Amino acid sequence: MSDTEPQDLFSQQQANRRRSRWLVTSFVLFFAWLGLGGDWIAWMLTRDLPPEQYHHQFPVLGAALFAIAFGLIAYIKKTGSSKVLWSTGARRLDAPRDDNERMLVNVVEEMSIAAGIAMPTVWLVEDPDPNAFATGTDPTRSHIAVTTGLLAMCSRDELQGVIGHEMGHVKNLDMQLMTMVAGLVGAIALISDGLGRGLRHGFGGRRSGGRGGRSGKSNLGPLIAVVIVLWLVSWILAPIITRLMAVGISRRREYLADSMSAQFTRNPLGLASALEKIEGAHGPTSSIKGGVAHLCISDPLGRKLSSREGFVADLLATHPPMSLRVARLKAMGYQAQKAAGNFQPS
Amino acid sequence: MGQTVIFVVVLIAIALWVIAAYNGLIALKFQTQNALKQIDVQLKRRHDLVPNLIEAVKGAMNFEKDTLQAVIEARNQAVKISAGTGGGDIQNVARMAQAETALTGALSRLMVVVEQYPDLKATGNIGKLQEELTSTENKIGFARQLYNDTATNYNTRQHQFPTSLVAGLARAVPAELWEITDEAERAVPKVDLSMKQA
Repeated sequence: MSDTEPQDLFSQQQANRRRSRWLVTSFVLFFAWLGLGGDWIAWMLTRDLPPEQYHHQFPVLGAALFAIAFGLIAYIKKTGSSKVLWSTGARRLDAPRDDNERMLVNVVEEMSIAAGIAMPTVWLVEDPDPNAFATGTDPTRSHIAVTTGLLAMCSRDELQGVIGHEMGHVKNLDMQLMTMVAGLVGAIALISDGLGRGLRHGFGGRRSGGRGGRSGKSNLGPLIAVVIVLWLVSWILAPIITRLMAVGISRRREYLADSMSAQFTRNPLGLASALEKIEGAHGPTSSIKGGVAHLCISDPLGRKLSSREGFVADLLATHPPMSLRVARLKAMGYQAQKAAGNFQPS
Repeated sequence: MGQTVIFVVVLIAIALWVIAAYNGLIALKFQTQNALKQIDVQLKRRHDLVPNLIEAVKGAMNFEKDTLQAVIEARNQAVKISAGTGGGDIQNVARMAQAETALTGALSRLMVVVEQYPDLKATGNIGKLQEELTSTENKIGFARQLYNDTATNYNTRQHQFPTSLVAGLARAVPAELWEITDEAERAVPKVDLSMKQA
């Protein structure tokens, strides 16, 4: 993200992928720590007990946590696309009714050729506010939706940029990734809620019993205490931490989709111009509900957070600030123009 | 005993890597071939589009017989050559590229001329066909771009160490990139506004 990094589109793409991978790995590791950490503690606490008492061998906590997460992910996957599209009132574009709709279908076809993926189903959302999103976890059966506002506002090049961005999401399996992330965040939220209640009601008695059993093993005491504290603190902070990581991942993938669009169209300035127009026209997109927010090209809730920059905005927004996205795209465009020898200051 | 185990583990790891690298190269080879065929698909779509285009403008453009004739001839030539491509014939591919370039040139000259007939544009049909033509040209361009990107990826992977060691096993041959060979296509088309009457 520093200014000394090479700005051309392939380097940008590589940098984005690298950071995204790092974020996702950290996220999964943190999640594993939440589950297996508890098992480790339980194992340490019970291994020196007399043989007829319970020894914690099987990582029950870790397994349970993953099971809940997988369950949530499977549920989201199954009901995902149809619910999302239905909630926006989108209309399927099987037979384009006018020239604009015909152009939209053509542009989607062109971009699917450039991206090397199967042609998605095209949907139209009746809403004057310009926005677009992609959905569907199976890349061979994906869906792309565009608002009538976007169609009316954009030139062909700008539309190509936006569709290219959505194709980037489809090709990168971003929907699958965000579904997994949402499942993990949801599992944490569920359990954290339950644990919170458990802590308040019945945990005190069990804790003193555990300490009594351990009293003879002084060399293990400090280590276990530290791990327990660390683990409990992790669980207390888990809802916040996982949410922060999730939106961090979402922002990273948005930048990546921008650079994929630049690669497909070889015209990053088209998307830059579209984003500027979208930002300028932007009020909330009323047809697109909050649950789909992270899938859109621009935050449909019109949150002030996504247009501001700064530490707090950087942490909490699902989309990067528009000005930064436009700046990066323009840098890619100028790089390409300079390389081709036809630099045109705008 | 410990040393033998380590040795076996290392051998297995190397074997697994070789399999992965080989499969990766094979996958890229077929992706490259697929991308090449995509270009053909889009070129053929353009061939099919041309007769409709000619029909739509023929009535109004009586004075532009030369331009129309050039398009028809270029299109027929391209169809003939593409029908003769037996797959993998280098000579044929070069001739096909030439014919397609000629067709592109003829079509762009035609569209420039169409701009001089505002009545034609008002009758609706030509607008749709222009969009179809633009889209088809874009698709050809994107198909070529995808092919070039895939081929570059394939070539890079073949030459990078250590995958290059496996390249011979996978019979990986560097793929040719689709380049603009015809100088005419690079040149900016000259617009003739002299209103010649055929």
